[in-house]
Amino acid sequence: MKWLSDSKVSHLRAVVGNPDFSGTKYTFVKELARGGMGAVYLAEDTELNRQVAIKVLSTPEITEDLRRRMIREAQIIARLEHPGIVPVHDVGVLPDGRVFYAMKFVRGVRLDEYAANTTSTRERLRKFQAVCDAVAFAHAHGVIHRDLKPQNIMIGSFGEVLVLDWGVAKILRAEVSSEADTLMLPAAGTNKAGDTAHGTVIGTRQYMSPEQARGEIDQLDERSDIYSLGAVFYFLLTDQAPNDERPRTLNPKVTKPAEAICLKAMARDRASRYAGAGKMSADVSRLLDAEPVSAYRENAYEKVSRWVGKNRFLVLLVLAYLLMRIFFIFTSRS
Amino acid sequence: MDPDTDIGGAQQRFPVTNQSAIAAARSDDHVVRQRAFDTILTSYWKPAYKYIRLKWQANNEDAKDLTQGFFANAFEKNHFANYDARKASFQTFLRTCLDGFVANERKAGKRLKRGGDANHFQLDFLSAEDELAMQATQANDLNPEDYFHREWVRWMFTMSVEMLRERCQSSGRNVHFQLFEAYDLNDDDATTVSYASLAKTFNLDATTVNNYLAATRRDFRRIVLDKLREITATDEEFRTEARSLLGVDVK
Repeated sequence: MKWLSDSKVSHLRAVVGNPDFSGTKYTFVKELARGGMGAVYLAEDTELNRQVAIKVLSTPEITEDLRRRMIREAQIIARLEHPGIVPVHDVGVLPDGRVFYAMKFVRGVRLDEYAANTTSTRERLRKFQAVCDAVAFAHAHGVIHRDLKPQNIMIGSFGEVLVLDWGVAKILRAEVSSEADTLMLPAAGTNKAGDTAHGTVIGTRQYMSPEQARGEIDQLDERSDIYSLGAVFYFLLTDQAPNDERPRTLNPKVTKPAEAICLKAMARDRASRYAGAGKMSADVSRLLDAEPVSAYRENAYEKVSRWVGKNRFLVLLVLAYLLMRIFFIFTSRS
Repeated sequence: MDPDTDIGGAQQRFPVTNQSAIAAARSDDHVVRQRAFDTILTSYWKPAYKYIRLKWQANNEDAKDLTQGFFANAFEKNHFANYDARKASFQTFLRTCLDGFVANERKAGKRLKRGGDANHFQLDFLSAEDELAMQATQANDLNPEDYFHREWVRWMFTMSVEMLRERCQSSGRNVHFQLFEAYDLNDDDATTVSYASLAKTFNLDATTVNNYLAATRRDFRRIVLDKLREITATDEEFRTEARSLLGVDVK
């Protein structure tokens, strides 16, 4: 028997674990990432001669019905055409029965990596706004993401923001397809019938809403994504995943309105959260423009402070003018 | 050739079923039990031998005797039937039993005589020694438990490659295996071998190379998982070991 070196053993481990793309137009290149829902691979599209990211879903016991639903759902998500949503090029079934999506291969860094190299809160929040816009677009088309987190947001080479991994998305309304309502992509723990079982937790705990963490699938709507957006906002303000501390405790530089936006989005009561990602984005926009935000009621002092901060140049000009007037008054008297 | 280290023994006896050998070790039927034991012996003797050499610092001859003695004793007393999947993986159980056996042997100052009344299995210790020599510098990097696991994985893949070769040959798919060997088992720098270069070498088109390789890898994967299923007791243990073996979890 031939001796297998450590590198050969590693290679064979990968070979055994890697998906079999025979019968498709893709050839395997390498594994990019692995998570609870499956793994993402870099592959070559041999027809179009381009690299794509392929997500292969982990579904140990897949039924024909489930496979059909998953493909139909992928097709619906593929119709979400927005610059902030990674386009799905293709969907299919591997020889072993697993469903895969071929998506645009995004070259860039994840939001958490981007944040590690970007100290400017303003820059971070501009990116966050782009995330909100993409999510708002999906919500408008009846799709919620259910797994928003910094690791699922990419900043491309040209600064573009893309929300990845719509693999656990849930179709809320039959807006895109008449048959699309309440279908969900499966995860470990889904039942054989293909519906995500009530009580199944899908997503990433630190960034998921309380109702999602409790596995209350039928309670999930756009506001669950709002909670996750709030959690991402929390991360961008504090450089930490959400925990029991308030943002201002972790980072004293966080302003009260910024904290208020974060806490409103992350309210335990769904009804207290923003009604939509667009509304949250608008509040962040107001924050960046030093306008009053809907999440925070200012007192008179704060109003003046904010106004002064926003109109610093004008205030300095007026002050300079007044000082000059006073100077002239005094000099003319003397 | 060392007459005591015959080549072509247990490692050639691939099990004929994919049912759990661990479960079969509890059978009342002696033949079933014997077959289960063969499967376990085949799957574990080499990592066990290397482990004894490394952890217990046994010399070549002592390690051979201890390996033979351990498996002979386990079969004679039907130790593997005592395995409880709720407590640990079978691999951990076997390693713990092995530690206990070697410790007892050392304590008693005994040394099993090869060719004595103990069962004498035909094991290729020479190849194990060659491998130990090749990895002499790497073995010290790991603790004994991790080393045992690593060598078990290596042995599982080695046996699976051999079985794949046999299957390809018997089904007339020699080119499939040659492609697999050239691309996936090639010790040269991987960058020197591409699908295109293989297509040229084997006078095939690149799509055929892709499909042949994919089919062969699929067979290899099936063989590995079948072997794994044989030496795990429960579905849960199988899944856990598969996850570990396929590299999803390192430990």
